[in-house]
Amino acid sequence: MTRKLKSIAGGIHPPQHKLLSSETPISVLPFPNRLILPVSQHIGTPAHPIVGLGETVLANQVIAEADGGFSLPVHASTSGSVTNISSHPVPHASNLDALCITIEPDGEHRELEREGLLNFREQPKESLLAKIRDCGIAGMGGAGFPTELKLNPRGAVKIHTLIINGAECEPYITADDRLMRENAADIVTGAAILNYLLDDPENCLLAVEDNKPEAIAALRQAAQGTPVEIVELPTKYPSGGEKQLIEIICGEQLPLGKLPADLGILVQNITTTGAIYRAVTHGKPVFARVVTVSGGGVERPGNYKVLLGTPVDHLLKTIGYRPDDTARLVMGGPMMGFTISDTRVPIIKTSNCVLALTAEEAPAPKAANPCIRCGKCAQACPMQLLPQQLYWYARGHNHEQLQQHHLMDCIECGCCSYSCTSNIPLVHYFRSAKGELRAAEEERLLMERAKQRQQARTARQQALQAEREAKRNSRRKPSPAEHPAVPDTADQS
Amino acid sequence: MDLLLLSNPLLSSLIVLSGLALLFGGILGFAGLRFRVEGDPLIEQVDTLLPQSQCGQCGYPGCRPYAEAVVNQGVSPGLCPGGGQSTTKSIANLLGMEIPQSGPDGIAAVRQVAYIDETDCYGCAACIRACPSDAIVGANKQLHTVLSTECTGCGLCIASCDKKACISMQPVPITAQNWHWQPPPPEATPITLLMPKAQGA
Repeated sequence: MTRKLKSIAGGIHPPQHKLLSSETPISVLPFPNRLILPVSQHIGTPAHPIVGLGETVLANQVIAEADGGFSLPVHASTSGSVTNISSHPVPHASNLDALCITIEPDGEHRELEREGLLNFREQPKESLLAKIRDCGIAGMGGAGFPTELKLNPRGAVKIHTLIINGAECEPYITADDRLMRENAADIVTGAAILNYLLDDPENCLLAVEDNKPEAIAALRQAAQGTPVEIVELPTKYPSGGEKQLIEIICGEQLPLGKLPADLGILVQNITTTGAIYRAVTHGKPVFARVVTVSGGGVERPGNYKVLLGTPVDHLLKTIGYRPDDTARLVMGGPMMGFTISDTRVPIIKTSNCVLALTAEEAPAPKAANPCIRCGKCAQACPMQLLPQQLYWYARGHNHEQLQQHHLMDCIECGCCSYSCTSNIPLVHYFRSAKGELRAAEEERLLMERAKQRQQARTARQQALQAEREAKRNSRRKPSPAEHPAVPDTADQS
Repeated sequence: MDLLLLSNPLLSSLIVLSGLALLFGGILGFAGLRFRVEGDPLIEQVDTLLPQSQCGQCGYPGCRPYAEAVVNQGVSPGLCPGGGQSTTKSIANLLGMEIPQSGPDGIAAVRQVAYIDETDCYGCAACIRACPSDAIVGANKQLHTVLSTECTGCGLCIASCDKKACISMQPVPITAQNWHWQPPPPEATPITLLMPKAQGA
């Protein structure tokens, strides 16, 4: 029954703070007076708006359609009228603006009828995948990768292990925990749909950290008589990372540049699995999600079912936000999330948590001291990298050495910064260095393309020149001669 | 006679050593002819690093002349606006030169691309003919536009424009797609911790 688990290198045990929000049931947030829906809530090409200003839309109606293969549609979360299509702050680490569609809800929540596929096992897989795509399902754990693309078989490797990720290892966040306790049946059915789509892999595992006993019990009960097996993971941050989860369960390390599918493994988030169930059996797109709101700066921390597009300020206001007590507003977990400066940003498919942290919970970063090479960061790194070495190369912008020390393998979990005895913001250096490496690679590709285009242009010009020359010759030739012109030029060329 | 030569230590060593010298000299001479390298390989390497747009903005008539100038005269590797920072860095690394900082040497801090103001373009096609990387599309008396993903920012089109008003270089806007983290502010490393305090200070 119990599966042999491998333990990962490194990792940390930060204070969990989960009880703040985990013990109250999920409650539904009242309608905000406007919804802001970014056209890009996933990784890939942003969707293309297809509604006009003033247009009345229904809940579940497509308001922006997918632009190409690597894109997803956006749906209206409730009924109302479109009041604005313009740039608006979006939840992104850059705090930049992006194109958003603003809807003013009419409060009636009239839904567009959408058909589900009952008895999914009797339906062709293509129509299930099409449903998942049309419902705009993206990885809801944080990355936002289009789910249909992940499920579509690309390589020749058959998926032998399906892992549903319910680890939720970041402190404070309990959205997945509550969802598993309250909607265990949906998740198990979602897992069964995935099982069918992947031709019944040998292992269908639901991985949950052992700090969530109620969730595990609820899932065990729901999974009785199904091929879904519940795996208890020892609590450790970051065991919920995709690469870490694969290592813990399958004992294999994912090589750089490979996808889990290349090893015959597929990892799906628990919230995404629930969304897959609703998309397939009810035809419903993702129009709301569960968000953990926690921290010392709010009066009623807990989990809330929030319509996509709800501005964070509405969410905070409803549950008693104390701005004076809040030192830092964070979107996502305290380890991997980012600070938001503008509370007008909306909740999107990938937002799982909003934290209003007090000065005690999130103290201002202390001044960094010189690195003393104690090696604590290297012990904490779950990817077994050498942060103390990477740090110097990142500061010196030494791209070659950064690559040789596998910077691109860094998952930005923040264990190194957390364990640094000199308070050096290591992960911040690595994030910026990774961006630098990516930008340099992009520039290199641009130059390569430019070179090719230049060569093609020269070749084309030379061919044109030669053609003109040939024509000129042919015109000059026939005048003195009695020969007909045509065969002559043919010989010439 | 033979015996005489070999028994004389001076003569025998002279004969052996000069024989060896002749032999190796011959081998070297042959190798010099047989494995001759046409041109300076270093120039060749620098040339391949350059974008080959022959835009001439470095002040030399093309990429190869510039490569020759960098190798032979030690001209700064930072004069190529089309190549940008990455080209400058790779040339500097190849030749062991100092990497020039952005600014005076012609590298813009942010990538710039050509932009055509379509209200002003009357379709002269001058910029299309000038673009070395075919990044401008259009035809005579038709609107032109720049493929911003393919533009290297060499600026040759600007010089070629008849009107001088419809085309300009614009910095690439930063969006959520191309944004990346900036390094943290330089640490206020207390150097005094590492060094003994100066007396009386």
